[in-house]
Amino acid sequence: MTNEFVIAGFGGQGVLFMGKALAYMGMADEKNVSWLPSYGPEMRGGTANCHVIVSDDPVASPLIINPTTLFAMNLPSLLKFQDSVVEGGYIVIDETLIDPAEITRKDVNVVAIPAAKIAEEMNAKKLANMILLGAYIKKSGFVSYETMKKGIGKSIKKPEMFEINMKAMDKGFEL
Amino acid sequence: MEKVFERPKALCDVPLHYCPGCTHGIVHRLVAEVIDELGIEGKTVGVAPVGCAVFAYNYFNCDMIEAAHGRAPAVATGVKRALPENVVFTYQGDGDLAAIGTAETVHAASRGENITVIFINNAIYGMTGGQMAPTTLEGQVTQTSPYGRDLKTQGYPVRVCELLSNTGGAAYLERVSVDSVPNIKKAKAAIKKAFTNQIEGKGFSLIEVLSACPTNWGLTPTEALKWLRENMIPYYPLGVYKDKEAEKND
Amino acid sequence: MGEKVLMKGNEAIAEAAIRAGCKMFFGYPITPQTELAAYMAKRLPKIGGVFLQAESEVAAINMVYGAASAGKRVLTSSSSPGVSLKQEGISYIAGSDLPCVIINIVRGGPGLGGIQPAQSDYFQACKGGGHGDYHLIVLAPGSIQEIVDITKDAFELSEKYRMPVMIMGDGMLGQMMEPIEFGEETEVVVPERDYATNGTQMKRPHNIINSLYIEPSELEKTVLERYERYKKVEENETRVEEYMLDDAEYVIAAYGTIARVAKTAIANLRKEGIKVGLIRPITLWPFPSASFAKAADKVKGILDVEMSMGQMVEDVRLSVNGKCPVEFFGRTGGVIPTPGEICDALKKMKEGK
Repeated sequence: MTNEFVIAGFGGQGVLFMGKALAYMGMADEKNVSWLPSYGPEMRGGTANCHVIVSDDPVASPLIINPTTLFAMNLPSLLKFQDSVVEGGYIVIDETLIDPAEITRKDVNVVAIPAAKIAEEMNAKKLANMILLGAYIKKSGFVSYETMKKGIGKSIKKPEMFEINMKAMDKGFEL
Repeated sequence: MEKVFERPKALCDVPLHYCPGCTHGIVHRLVAEVIDELGIEGKTVGVAPVGCAVFAYNYFNCDMIEAAHGRAPAVATGVKRALPENVVFTYQGDGDLAAIGTAETVHAASRGENITVIFINNAIYGMTGGQMAPTTLEGQVTQTSPYGRDLKTQGYPVRVCELLSNTGGAAYLERVSVDSVPNIKKAKAAIKKAFTNQIEGKGFSLIEVLSACPTNWGLTPTEALKWLRENMIPYYPLGVYKDKEAEKND
Repeated sequence: MGEKVLMKGNEAIAEAAIRAGCKMFFGYPITPQTELAAYMAKRLPKIGGVFLQAESEVAAINMVYGAASAGKRVLTSSSSPGVSLKQEGISYIAGSDLPCVIINIVRGGPGLGGIQPAQSDYFQACKGGGHGDYHLIVLAPGSIQEIVDITKDAFELSEKYRMPVMIMGDGMLGQMMEPIEFGEETEVVVPERDYATNGTQMKRPHNIINSLYIEPSELEKTVLERYERYKKVEENETRVEEYMLDDAEYVIAAYGTIARVAKTAIANLRKEGIKVGLIRPITLWPFPSASFAKAADKVKGILDVEMSMGQMVEDVRLSVNGKCPVEFFGRTGGVIPTPGEICDALKKMKEGK
C-alpha cells in the first residue's frame, strides 16, 4: 500500500507542516516515508507545495506524478493538480476558500469542509490546515486516531502547541 | 668575544632569493626579530603570499603555509579560528593584498580577525617582472603602464591604511617605511606592536611597509630608496591610521 | 539504537558532520544548500565549534585550507555556482595533500542556471574542476540515511588518503526529508596530523603546507606520489550498488536522486516483463568500472540516465569499452526525469530505435 500526498497552497497555510505531520503518522505506523518540498523564490509569499509518500515498500522516487490524495489549499492549486489525482483518490479542500463546484473530477472522493470558518470560530485562524487533516483522516482511515495523535506528537515539540493542534484535529475528526 | 649581531632564530639559515637592494630581506628580519623577542616562534604560524615573498615559507623557522594569490587573510582566518592560542601572521605584497585579495583583506579587517598582517607596498608587481600594481603611482612607468599610469584609464593608486581605517574591526593600522635606519627602527616597533596586539587579543593589525624594488623600478638600490622617499611617502604618508586602544583612551 | 527522526538532507549532513567530530564550518549562502549552513550556525557555537560565514566561496574554501592546515576536521558546503568559485582553493588543498570535506548540492547550470536539482557538475567534480593533475574522492549518496552514513566516511577517507572529499547531492536530496537514525553518539578521536602547521612548540622542524615546486622534476615527483595514493583509493574505496542484476537483460546506470526514480521505473518495467537492473555508482571517483565491465558481458544494453546532458555516460562507455550498446537519456536544467520517461527510453533502446 502506498499513499502519495500532494499538498499545495499559499506560503503560510502550513502546507509543509501538514506534510511533516502526515510523514510522522506514517512513521508511527512503521511505514517508509519521504517528504519533498518545493523550494526557491516561489516559497516567498507565493505558492508552496510538498510531496509526501507513505508506503509499505522503500520509497524510490520521492517525486509524485499522480497523487492518491490532493490537499488543495487554494483555487490555483486545485486547478493545477486536480487532474493528476488517481481514480478513486481524494481531493481535500477548504470550502471557505474554494467553491466545491470547481472540482470537476467525478471519480474521486471529495472532502470539503469550511475549515477556515471553523478555525476562526475556534479563535485559531492558523489551524485550518489541521482541521482539514483531521477530517481527511476520519473519512479516509489513512491512520487510526491513536496513530494520528502519535504523529502529531512527533511533529510538534512544544506541549502547549501540541494541545491546540490536537484540538483542531479533533474538531475535523468529529465532523 | 661577545656577539653583537646575528641571524634571528626565527629566520632559517638559508640564502634568500631576493634581488640586491630589495627591502624584503629587511622586513623578513624585522618580523623574525620580533618573533624572537616575544618568544613566540613555537606557536607562530605564518602565511606566505603569491608574489616575490612566495618562498617566505622557506625563510621563517615557524610553521608556514603557502596561500593562493590574495587569499592569505582567509587562510590565516582558518588557522586562527582553529588555533586561537597560536600567533598567526600573513606576509603579503600589494598585488596580493590590494588587488586580487582586496575582499579577503577588507573582510578580515572588518571581522576584527585577531591576526597580524605585514603588507609590503612597493608600487609594482615584482615576481611577474614589473607590471602595474594597485599601488603604482600616477605616471609611474611599468610593463603594463608603459606610458605611465593614467588616472583616467587606470584609476587611482589604492591607499590601504586609509581604506581600512573605516573598518570597525581593525585594531591597529600603521604605515611605515624601510628607506632609512630611523624609519626601519620605527617599522620594527610597529611590527612588534602588531604582534603584541594579537597576543593581547586586540584584533586585526596591519602594518603597511613602503618598500623598494630597484630591479623593476630600473634604479640602483640607493636611487630606489631616494625614489621611495620622494615619490611614495608624499602619496602614502607614514603614520598611525588607526589605533583602537588609543581611541579608547582619548 | 537511536530513534528515527525526519530530517532534511542538508541538515542531516550537518548533524552527521558534527557527530563525525567536525567542529569547523566555513561557507557562504546559496540555494539549495543553505539549511546546512544555518544548522551549523545554530549548533557549532554551542559545542565549542566554529561557524563562520565568509565573504565569498573563494574565502570560505581558503579558510577551510587554513583550518585543515591547522589539523582540524573542517567542512564547507555550497551549490554549483559557489563550487565553481571554490575550485581554486580545492586545487590548492589537493596540491597540498590536505584533508577536508566539500559538499555540492548541485543545481542546474551553466551560469547562474537555476535552483532545481541537477547532476550537471559531474565533470567538474570527477574530471578536475580546478587546475592541475588531481582527484577528489566523490561520494554520491542516494538517500538521507546514506548521506548520514557517508558523511562520517568522507572525513575518514579524506584523512586516510590526505585528499579532499566531495559529497555530491542535488537540490532534491538537500531539501527532502526521510526518516533517519544516527545510532549511538560516540566519542570521536580525530587522528593527530604530524604535518599540521599548529606551531613547532620548538620541538620539531617547521612544517610547511605548500603546493609550489619550482623545479619540474620535484613537482612531478609529488604528483606521481599522489597518484600512487589515488591508485590505492581506486583499489580499496570504490563503492557501488548493484540492484536486481542477477536476471537483468538491461541495466540502467544512474546515481543519486535519479537512481531512485530509476528504481521506480525498474519496478514498472519488470511488471511488464522487461528484466532491468540498476548499477548505482556511490563513488563517482573512483568510478566503479568493474561493475559495468562485468555487466556488459551479459546484458543486451545499458541505459545511462542523468539529470544532465550526459556526463557520467562517458565513464560508463569507457568501462563498457564497446562490449554492449550504451544509450543515454537525460533531462537537464533542473527537470527531473519521470519514471515513465525512463521506461520509454529503455523500451526505445530495447526496440533498437
